[in-house]
Amino acid sequence: MTKDEALFEFLLRTGDNGLVLAQRLGEWCGHAHQLESDIALTNVALDNIGQARMALTEAGKVEGKGRSEDDLAFHRTEMEFRNNLLLEQENGDFAQTITRQFLFDVFQFELLSGLKSSSNEFLQSFAIKSLKEVTYHRSLSSDWMVRLGDGTELSHDKMQNALNLLWQYTGELFEKTEADDILIADGVIPDLEKLKESWDDIVGQVIKEATLEIPDTKGFMATGSRRGEHTEFLGYILAEMQYLPRTMPEAKW
Amino acid sequence: MTEEADIYELLEAVKDPEIPVLSVVDLGIVRKVDWISPKKLKITITPTYSGCPAMDTIEREISEILQSKGFEVEVVTSISEAWTTDWISEKGRKNLEEYGIAPPAEATTDKSFITGNSKNVHCPRCKSEETSLISQFGSTACKALYKCDSCHETFDYFKCI
Ligand SMILES: [Zn+2]
Repeated sequence: MTKDEALFEFLLRTGDNGLVLAQRLGEWCGHAHQLESDIALTNVALDNIGQARMALTEAGKVEGKGRSEDDLAFHRTEMEFRNNLLLEQENGDFAQTITRQFLFDVFQFELLSGLKSSSNEFLQSFAIKSLKEVTYHRSLSSDWMVRLGDGTELSHDKMQNALNLLWQYTGELFEKTEADDILIADGVIPDLEKLKESWDDIVGQVIKEATLEIPDTKGFMATGSRRGEHTEFLGYILAEMQYLPRTMPEAKW
Repeated sequence: MTEEADIYELLEAVKDPEIPVLSVVDLGIVRKVDWISPKKLKITITPTYSGCPAMDTIEREISEILQSKGFEVEVVTSISEAWTTDWISEKGRKNLEEYGIAPPAEATTDKSFITGNSKNVHCPRCKSEETSLISQFGSTACKALYKCDSCHETFDYFKCI
């Protein structure tokens, strides 16, 4: 595997994470329990779309086959998507959406903090720009974790159930492939093992403050996205997202 | 030959489509003017937020206004350096406040804003400093929602990044 191939894989993963999460958050538009939350979730979606566009555009350049951000977003199949399984999981109720968001925001915050000193110029600028936005996302989702976890009996149970469901998808965030090894060795991306230590630390603190408990998955963690093996949900997301450009490839606004 | 300052003056006519009292120059998103040739310009702009949906419109309007003055124009987008609210001009901050949007506090003193401590945000209507955060996310990506505890009106705050 060449360095460019490794970088392409990482950029796809980063772009796909943003794109799939944004698609999920967009489903809340007009449906959240209060106007402020509705607006917040769609704002977070918008930031993620912006970040995904930058990452996918750069991925196309690095790949060198003339693929644009739109080609990559709309003309790949699920097996070609590299987003983490966590992000394609269903919105469920607000507790589930917020828990998914929180687990990812802490990851993304730590990843971008590491990428600020990347040896790759694009990733460095991308990280500095995106970190400003993700700081607000992380603050939003952490606040809700604590408010609902340490809330009523009902809200507490809903948050714990969400955590029990989603925890199995967190191990995969830190999985290393050949591409990661190449990029870590070159100082392009931070070491994912070190990242996991800070993630464990921060996630643990918030979960404790939220009076929730980290579920015992008995060592089981779902895996697959690094090889393009996804849960059943991604196909439905792509079917909806890709329908128009695939039906009418020349369609323009 | 046209000076750089003349180009910036022309670009004063291009407004943020979501905040029409703020020109792209006041907003600080025009980063660079380069002459490719005496009649050909390269304008470098930077987005406020990565997903800012106004960028396409802004890019088109910059091209149109300069073309109408006889220039050929290329507009490029660059994310480095990353835009900060510190780049909003003094005139821009004043216009924002008159328009009813509280201008951003200095980013250097802003760390506490992320956690919702609102000491330095004052109400653009009655100037009271007794205000509180309703939501960090407002009607557009760049704004948060506050309420004034004195006159009880809600207002937008242009949040620091
Ligand atoms: Zn007031």
